[in-house]
Amino acid sequence: MSIVNVSRRTFAKLSAAASAGLVLGVAHAADPKKKAETSTHGLGTFIQVGTDGAVTIWVTKSDMGQGIRTSLPMIVAEEMDADWSKVKIQQAYFHPKFGRMGTGGSGSIRSMWTPLRQAGASARAMLVSAAAAQLGVAPATLSVSRGVITAADGRKLHFGEVAEAASKVAVPKDVPLKDPKQFTIIGKATPRLDERDIVTGKAGYGADVKVPGMLYAAILRAPVFGGKVKSFDATKANAVPGVKHVVQTNASGTDLPWNGVAVVATSTWAALKGREALEVQWDDGEFATESTATLWQQFTEGIDKATPVETAVGDVDAALAAAAKTVEATYELPYLNHAAMEPLTATAHVKADGTIEVWAPTQFPNWAAGVIGQSFGIKQEEVHDKVRVNVTLLGGAFGRKAMPDFVVEAVQVSKAVGAPVKVQWTREDDMRHGNYRPASYHRVTGGLDANGNLIAWRHRLAGPSIETWMNPKTEKPHQSETGGLDDTPYVVPNFRIDFFSAKSGVPRGWWRSVEHSITGFVVNSFMDEAARAAGKDPIEFQLALLPAGRKAGPAEGPAKDYPMESDRLRRVIELVREKSGWGTKLPDGVGRGFAAQWSFLSYAAQVAEVSVVDGTPKVHRIVCAIDCGIPVNPDGIRAQVEGAIVYGLTAALQGEITIDGGRVQQSNFHDYPLLNITQMPKVEVHIVPSAAIPTGVGEPGLPPTAAAVANAIFAATGKRLRKLPFGTIA
Amino acid sequence: MPDIKLTINGRPRSVEASPDTPLLWVLRDELGLTGTKYGCGMGLCGACTVLANGEPVRSCSTPVADAKGKKITTIEGLSPDGSHPLQKAWMAENVPQCGYCQAGQLMSAAALLQKTKNPTDAEIDEAMAGNLCRCGTYNRVRAAIHRAAGVKA
Repeated sequence: MSIVNVSRRTFAKLSAAASAGLVLGVAHAADPKKKAETSTHGLGTFIQVGTDGAVTIWVTKSDMGQGIRTSLPMIVAEEMDADWSKVKIQQAYFHPKFGRMGTGGSGSIRSMWTPLRQAGASARAMLVSAAAAQLGVAPATLSVSRGVITAADGRKLHFGEVAEAASKVAVPKDVPLKDPKQFTIIGKATPRLDERDIVTGKAGYGADVKVPGMLYAAILRAPVFGGKVKSFDATKANAVPGVKHVVQTNASGTDLPWNGVAVVATSTWAALKGREALEVQWDDGEFATESTATLWQQFTEGIDKATPVETAVGDVDAALAAAAKTVEATYELPYLNHAAMEPLTATAHVKADGTIEVWAPTQFPNWAAGVIGQSFGIKQEEVHDKVRVNVTLLGGAFGRKAMPDFVVEAVQVSKAVGAPVKVQWTREDDMRHGNYRPASYHRVTGGLDANGNLIAWRHRLAGPSIETWMNPKTEKPHQSETGGLDDTPYVVPNFRIDFFSAKSGVPRGWWRSVEHSITGFVVNSFMDEAARAAGKDPIEFQLALLPAGRKAGPAEGPAKDYPMESDRLRRVIELVREKSGWGTKLPDGVGRGFAAQWSFLSYAAQVAEVSVVDGTPKVHRIVCAIDCGIPVNPDGIRAQVEGAIVYGLTAALQGEITIDGGRVQQSNFHDYPLLNITQMPKVEVHIVPSAAIPTGVGEPGLPPTAAAVANAIFAATGKRLRKLPFGTIA
Repeated sequence: MPDIKLTINGRPRSVEASPDTPLLWVLRDELGLTGTKYGCGMGLCGACTVLANGEPVRSCSTPVADAKGKKITTIEGLSPDGSHPLQKAWMAENVPQCGYCQAGQLMSAAALLQKTKNPTDAEIDEAMAGNLCRCGTYNRVRAAIHRAAGVKA
């Protein structure tokens, strides 16, 4: 990673701005594993200090609601001592000059933290150097505040006044970074830079794209997963006023799992009406008999055939045989859909010269571009010259908009009709052609010694994995499902995971917090059961498994610098215990439940207060403590945790995708209901002050929620809920 | 296709559309008023909420023919610059996350405050129950409505 002065090189291509001033790029190391990545010559984020004093930051991450378009610029502005009111953002598009793109895994702040600080500090040093030359003083005698450089004698220069001169200064090496104690922007609750656009309806989402000559398309996709078009009759569709073309779309492996027929028209409504009139004969394929019942039959038959994964510790079977007491429980979790409020959509234009331009709410513009290149015969080294993927705002994504399918499909349609086309998915399309959070079945057997200490944990898990969907030839089908288990922070001397890989034609993908949405529920539910079997307080029971001062984590890979630190997990648990009033009296019928999870390198613990009214769980209050390292934008963190709790609560109470005849049975919000305002608990978020490097925020608030609620229901009613969603409680 | 005359945000507008076209698609595709969002097409999520003579309606399931003769207000008409008390309150509480549903939330809230100057939590819940937000901004929506009501009072 290094900072590069590109004021005179690439800027002309970057923006049409007249006065370039100083432009710095952040060069990242290449990642050879990513397909179609062209990051070898990528500079990543650009920072421009214009001669008008504006500081423009090109954001290479997609904003799906996490406010990254504000928090990344905060990091740059902090080290620059820039005037926050003069900070502007530009959204980067797929191009090697922007380096690695892709937003997921709650990793944006963590991965950009150091490079952006160094870039900001470098820009500041160059501006100071230019000012020093102009003022005829030593750089060390100058101070900087809010974009103004001040000399000891009181003379002042604005950033804009020295931007041009700064562009001729050599980029400093080893520029010092601020002591976090000096931060004035980082750590301050900061409103989003695009908030006014959102509340006035001006913000541009995927569906808001309009390009000259654009047509509108709706696609009828095979209703059965893996199904294909046998034949279609477009006569009636073509008769709908406004319909211009009816063309077939084709699957392309797991990058685009759908075959379908697109109706292309002069308006969205005409396309939808045309689609209603389509007559298609389908070849339903091999998954036409799959149902939730056949899946669960596989799970229940397969769970005892589950085989150990490589992370076993001790001898679980022997320890269970010798245990003073054993506890066993099974847990069931359904398929889930992301259901972002913005249904999938993408606009594509395959131009006469063979270049392709796309506008899409995508988390991974680079992945989409790579697949477009492969699909349309563009050599990998030419993809960046021939494919441009523009990233719009994302109206929610939660992992679904990581997938390239909806982008590539739009390109197919544009190519077929020779015009720019916007493909609009309906809610039904979005519900039935997702990449679902996998369903899974768990049988956990725990052993307690005579003192009630947990000495053995055997975790049998059956389910279709994300890994087997993405990579059917994988030798490690479990590896997408065991986060929260194979890296468990709890010290249990005998611990083993057995996995049974079930077969399913249902596409699977990353759903907010991925497997932690599953293991957070199962592990914390079982902990509660084991604690009660041991006659212990559930929080004390977990703390006893977290010896103070322990650090654990991978020896290599990007996470090696962020070991699990038991003290930090203990701290959030102790904080939530204190803030929730754990152990104090509650009204009759209300119970408290506790859960904690280390995920995405952050630490979260929650206590829920729940009662059951006429069979319906009523969640009154959820208190969360989170340690995500240095809090960059505390209000953004609170918002993300609030949102993660709502997302997790929706899954806990009412989220379920079921399959019949190889197709999803749910279609819209009447049968896949989202939590609404009347169901909201009071939510309190407590952020642990920290000097550690910032870690994940978007996802870690979710994993504890379902178990905290289930454990609270047990405390309130004595009923143990082991199946999600809870639905109505008998 | 028939020429349909509408009044949108105080301006007379004329569109060519079949009468069964949902108002939503006329606003978005024909008039370029893309602040109003498509979410479900069945009046289940509220993302498409606009005001018709001050009443909140789901434009995704309102045929454009039904909008004739009514004063339609969209998010662009609430205020163009974010100066409406609700928009200010929305920013003060940092309500939006992805922001996609917020135009609908704001229009439902605007209809509520026109009738009920200082709504209780229960009144807010009743008025806003049909506006879904997958990002989970509900508690901030409630706080922002209270804040805007306080400004207006």
